Amino acid sequence: MSEQLERYSYDIVVIGAGGAGLRAAVEAREAGLRVAIICKSLFGKAHTVMAEGGVAASMGNVNESDNWMVHFRDTMRGGKFLNHYRMAELHAKEAPERVWELELWGALFDRTKEGKISQRNFGGHEYPRLAHVGDRTGLELIRTMQQRIVAMQQKDGRETGNPESFIKVFAELTVTEITKENGKVSGAYGYWRESGKEVFFEAPAVVLATGGVGKTFKITSNSWEGTGDGHALALKAGGNLVDMEFLQFHPTGMVWPPSVRGLLVTESVRGDGGVLTNTDGVRFMFNYIPDVFKDKYADNEAEADRWYNDQANNRRPPELLPRDEVARAINSEVKAGRGTEHGGVFLDVSKRLPADVIKKKLPSMWHQFYELAGVDITKEAMEVGPTCHYVMGGVEVDPDSAAAVGVPGLFAAGEVAGGMHGSNRLGGNSLSDLLVFGRRAGVGASEYVKSNGANPASEDSLKVAHERIEKPFSQVGGENPYALHQELQEVAHNLVGIIRTRAELEEAIAKIADIRERAKSVSVSGGREFNPGFHLTFDLDNMLLIAESTAKSALLREESRGGHTRDDFPGMNAQWRQVNHISSFNGDHVSVRQQPLPSLPKELFDLFDIHELEKYMTPEEIAKGGSN
Amino acid sequence: MARTIKLRIWRGNAKDGGLQDVTVDANEGEVVLDVIHRVQATQMNDLAVRWNCKAGKCGSCSMEINGKPRLACMTQMANFEEDETITITPLRAFPVIKDLVTDVSFNYKKAMEIPAFEPPADLKPGEPRMEQIDVERSQEFRKCIECFLCQDTCHVIRDHEENKKSFAGPRFFIRIAELDMHPLDMLRNRKQKAQEEHGLGMCNITKCCTEVCPEHIRITDNAIIPMKERVVDVKYDPARWLGSKIRKRDGIL
Ligand SMILES: Cc1cc2nc3c(=O)[nH]c(=O)nc-3n(C[C@H](O)[C@H](O)[C@H](O)COP(=O)(O)OP(=O)(O)OC[C@H]3O[C@@H](n4cnc5c(N)ncnc54)[C@H](O)[C@@H]3O)c2cc1C
Ligand code: SF4
Ligand code: SF4
Ligand code: FES
Repeated sequence: MSEQLERYSYDIVVIGAGGAGLRAAVEAREAGLRVAIICKSLFGKAHTVMAEGGVAASMGNVNESDNWMVHFRDTMRGGKFLNHYRMAELHAKEAPERVWELELWGALFDRTKEGKISQRNFGGHEYPRLAHVGDRTGLELIRTMQQRIVAMQQKDGRETGNPESFIKVFAELTVTEITKENGKVSGAYGYWRESGKEVFFEAPAVVLATGGVGKTFKITSNSWEGTGDGHALALKAGGNLVDMEFLQFHPTGMVWPPSVRGLLVTESVRGDGGVLTNTDGVRFMFNYIPDVFKDKYADNEAEADRWYNDQANNRRPPELLPRDEVARAINSEVKAGRGTEHGGVFLDVSKRLPADVIKKKLPSMWHQFYELAGVDITKEAMEVGPTCHYVMGGVEVDPDSAAAVGVPGLFAAGEVAGGMHGSNRLGGNSLSDLLVFGRRAGVGASEYVKSNGANPASEDSLKVAHERIEKPFSQVGGENPYALHQELQEVAHNLVGIIRTRAELEEAIAKIADIRERAKSVSVSGGREFNPGFHLTFDLDNMLLIAESTAKSALLREESRGGHTRDDFPGMNAQWRQVNHISSFNGDHVSVRQQPLPSLPKELFDLFDIHELEKYMTPEEIAKGGSN
Repeated sequence: MARTIKLRIWRGNAKDGGLQDVTVDANEGEVVLDVIHRVQATQMNDLAVRWNCKAGKCGSCSMEINGKPRLACMTQMANFEEDETITITPLRAFPVIKDLVTDVSFNYKKAMEIPAFEPPADLKPGEPRMEQIDVERSQEFRKCIECFLCQDTCHVIRDHEENKKSFAGPRFFIRIAELDMHPLDMLRNRKQKAQEEHGLGMCNITKCCTEVCPEHIRITDNAIIPMKERVVDVKYDPARWLGSKIRKRDGIL
């Protein structure tokens, strides 16, 4: 088969053309290396395009008191101190620089009166911090980097005669395997979605920038691409996933009509004044302010309303609590019978802002509700409920270089990487994460390639990859991949969703194992050319690994924290804060073990009020006062 | 409240193909893409269709619905009559790959031909100061989701393969306009190049592109017409043209 196999050779292969992948590719090219960018969709369509609210960076343009330390503290609080401190630190320090450089590549953010980049409020951020372009910030990010790459290609074209001599984009190509030789990465194997033809990219370094896992669940804001491919590729290559029990259910997804269920309603609606009410007309969030946040959030409507105009002298409205809190609150209201007939609550901005301001500040939300639900948000309330949005868990990496632990030559950045957000991500911290760690992965991979050189792949490793692709065609009369996917989504949603219990998680683990067994015999109809049924068989395999890792990690964690809520262990427990869950895969099943969370060094520890840390840490940790 | 609807979907590849009739259920509130997905899941597992966001944000699901270029994810089933047969075909201006998926690489080639953004060489990160009002004109064009519906509908290339070589199309006219109006862009001659190298002169302002744009970008009124007008200006008044570039830079630093 090697005669027909299409082959390429690069210094670095970047899998994913979202914010993280593109930023990594730009950096690798700047280091003088040859880069292949691979993505499942057309160039410019990755999931990042959907991000709405903004990118968090403590530029201090709107409130001068902001700086990296405040951003760092907010990020750690949001993650309930389970974040890898070093990632949160690098992220907070480098985000402003990463946003500013986008301007020099052509990005046009909304402006302040002084002509600086405007910044908006968002849940969990102490100051207005999110740089934005209306509510299409992700589009601006991705287009800017796409155009930056085109600009680099044009320059390469002028200098070498071939614009693709250094960077080439391979769009609509799915990677199914990371190949290894002598224990190190040797390349990436996959197929063209158009033709079904197989391709091998030989490269000593691979950057995973494959995004999230939302499609594992029934109700999600993620597109079809969010099937956890990078998570699964890393597991299969011998890497680890960290803390896969933490999933962010965004509090406000659309709930009606059914065809748009799960579609995101941006948090900016709340940041710009939207309030949540139940069917009794009660603004219920005041009843859900946890103790750890009592000093930062208003407990009465008058103060909350004043905050929009005077943030220095008032506490913020509880609608802007971290997402996990708001999602659980909505879930409880609906369970208590105070939800709408479609299982949501009301989110209303029409009574707070004039119609023209709403259309200007939230144009795509207006459009989305008007076109898809027949609701005019300048006049009526929206119906909203939780939707699976973001995975905090991901590939275990070295914070500084983004190198995947345990697999030399493999790097991971963006949503596919774990650790940065702890148990819960703040809004706006993902886009900044993509830029900061996308760049770092580009640097890390470039340095690795320069010091390690080539690592040619053997024919044997290619043969294994080839056989996997061929398998679903060689089986007849087996299971239908669509049906299995639906079954998995039900199991994940019902048993591994927002609220979890031991019994349900155990049931989920058994059911997932059963679906995995049956998935071995999936067969597909039709040929190899652009065949979605065939594509789904690989996605399904990945999602099954994600679901298994999530359920097993969730079963072990006997506490509730951030994006993991156990009905049978409702409290947060300082002992559990010291524990990461590490998933690995032995070719047959996922196992999860515990590993100590690296503890805060003194200089970061000292950034916090000791009384705040007491809410999260054990007395011994407090007494120690930091790890150095 | 499901109802049964009739679809006529084009199936085939670059070599041959034709319309196939199917009946399928549609539920309240669904869009054309939902129904296509149901056909795919239940009757034609290998039906090829592009999509991503299902929210009108990524521009992947472009196709022709009853002959009109549209996003399938933003086209409500409720728009159609009860017993109407809905005809779904791939974009006509681009070569078919399979079923509803076309080869849109033409657009990526054109993107490569537009000279890139060129900021002042000495500008440092964090330095730019721009008024909201000055960025807004370019921001309108940066809303483009690259669905290429405007390219598909433009008669200059829709049935004229021979024009493709010399015509960038409305999507790239707004890209040029965006850069031309960008407060930080220093490259001169963008309008002239649009006219002379990218085929702006072939556009006869039919406004069909503006009509199909799902982002409601006023392609003709705000990009094409002003560029055409100013191309004329510039050709006859070089001093004024120079002035505009200098002012552009004064405004920001
Ligand atoms: C509706 C919505 C709104 C959001 N709003 C915000 C916001 O306002 N602020 C914020 O900070 N965050 C926001 N987020 C989160 C943020 O958008 C994502 O976390 C982020 O965009 C992920 O970027 P990424 O680069 O990691 O991956 P993605 O953008 O998801 O890109 C993944 C890439 O990997 C490719 N890929 C995947 N698997 C394979 C494979 N097997 N082979 C080849 N290629 C593959 C895909 O094709 C794609 O190109 C939002 C998310 C959603 C869903
Ligand atoms: S206005 Fe010009 S660019 Fe737009 S469709 Fe008509 S001819 Fe084409
Ligand atoms: S200008 Fe409008 S129609 Fe044309 S590609 Fe952009 S979004 Fe689509
Ligand atoms: S699927 Fe994204 S625009 Fe239709």
